Amino acid sequence: MKAFAALLFRDMRLAFRAGGGASLAAAFFALVAALVPFGVGADLALLGRIAGGVLWVSAALAALLSLDRLFQADFEDGSLDVLALSPLSLEAASAAKILAHWITTGLPLVVLSPVLGLLLNLPAPAYGALVASLLIGTPALSAVGAIGAALTLSIRRGGLILALIVLPLITPALIFGAGAVSGALDETGRGAFLFLAAFSVAAVALSPFASAAGVRLNVGG
Amino acid sequence: MTGFFAMGGYAVFVWPAYAVTFTVLIAAIILSLQSHKQAKKAVRELEEEGSVTEDHG
Amino acid sequence: MVMITALANPKRFLDFSRTIVPWTCATAVILLGVGFYWSLFATPPDYQQGQSVKIMFVHVPAAWMGIFVYGVMASASLVGLVFRHPLADVAAKSAAPLGAAFTALALLTGSLWGRPMWGTYWQWGDARLVSELILLFIYLGYIALWNAIDDPVRAARAAAVLALVGAADVPVIHFSVDWWNTLHQPASILRLGGPTIDKSFLAPLLIMIVGYTFLFLWLWLLRMQTEILERRARSLMMARGA
Repeated sequence: MKAFAALLFRDMRLAFRAGGGASLAAAFFALVAALVPFGVGADLALLGRIAGGVLWVSAALAALLSLDRLFQADFEDGSLDVLALSPLSLEAASAAKILAHWITTGLPLVVLSPVLGLLLNLPAPAYGALVASLLIGTPALSAVGAIGAALTLSIRRGGLILALIVLPLITPALIFGAGAVSGALDETGRGAFLFLAAFSVAAVALSPFASAAGVRLNVGG
Repeated sequence: MTGFFAMGGYAVFVWPAYAVTFTVLIAAIILSLQSHKQAKKAVRELEEEGSVTEDHG
Repeated sequence: MVMITALANPKRFLDFSRTIVPWTCATAVILLGVGFYWSLFATPPDYQQGQSVKIMFVHVPAAWMGIFVYGVMASASLVGLVFRHPLADVAAKSAAPLGAAFTALALLTGSLWGRPMWGTYWQWGDARLVSELILLFIYLGYIALWNAIDDPVRAARAAAVLALVGAADVPVIHFSVDWWNTLHQPASILRLGGPTIDKSFLAPLLIMIVGYTFLFLWLWLLRMQTEILERRARSLMMARGA
């Protein structure tokens, strides 16, 4: 338990450092959301209709940003080998890293989202659903992303491949997350939240095993 | 006969669908056969080379 | 099961497949020949879709193969990871490009089939087609992963994990796309194929499906042989360098 906490805080500290990715993801999230009106026009009614979906897509892309270093940084300086030999199981270590990633990347997105919702003219009833859906759904992004990060950790410039393999896998989170936001305006929101929660729970529960397998195949002799 | 090719007005959809099907399937066949032939050739040449150098000790 | 373990030796596999490959080729050619002829020349027009229903005979088999081949790939991946069968990763690697090709074909033919009905070349309302689009991306990511990792053993294991994760996710993806559609579109009108298919279509459709399967088996065995031969060539070259 102590080893878990130690790893968790270490990863969080590293992420909050300059170039660590935490503020980077939040900035990217805001930037993408701010770019959309330039692309689709300033029609507030249109923006309001697509705001939920736009923010969810931005969140997915922003979560991807810091993922490629999740295991690779430790792999390159040898700490991953040390981790593999430590009493903390690789599954637990992966879980700690996923949690650290979510706290440093996912949570800032959740906090930032209402402000961006204002920029995009999100309808008033949908704000609660926006924050809640991101809160419930971003763990899935970190979890599934970690699997991709583990599998690609030995690939130089692996970020693109990571995005290619992770984005299709998180489609359900995107569908249910955006669906929950648009569903706040009619009656369909509750089903979306349930499915989103189920997907997140399953992803968080299963990802440490797949991620650990990915680390093992790269680190083992 | 022209009636057949017209496909009841849907010719512009039916024939391209079959054309792209033939193209993809035949391309898959040709590519698979080609790489197989190349691999067989490579192995045969390397094995002959190996046995030749063995004779020369 | 015994046969699979007996085939673990690459040389034995090559000998075994050498006898089987011609038969799969011949069966595929015959079935597809009969199937294409029957589909094109001997089927009536559908009372709803007219002659455009003929596209069904090339779309449905391709779509089915896209999914079937992924199942083969995932099963081979599982066998490779759990039982460490030496040829399992060869089997998975060889199947992937074929599965991707079938899936792409399903998307192209599906687009053409739907156009008369939908008025556009793509319709997000068909859950099956949209799921197939995502499946194509999953195939491409799998192939890219194989190519991106230098060490072949690592690449095989990483790809295997990815294949299994994808296998677990694909039903969830299909479910979510389906759910998303019931939200935004009226249901069955937009789906390819329509509610009822004339019974006279079943026989040629089945022949096409089986024919496509044998075509896959033929090319899959061929590609597995190629992969084994390429590995042998690489090891011969390395031994020569020594």
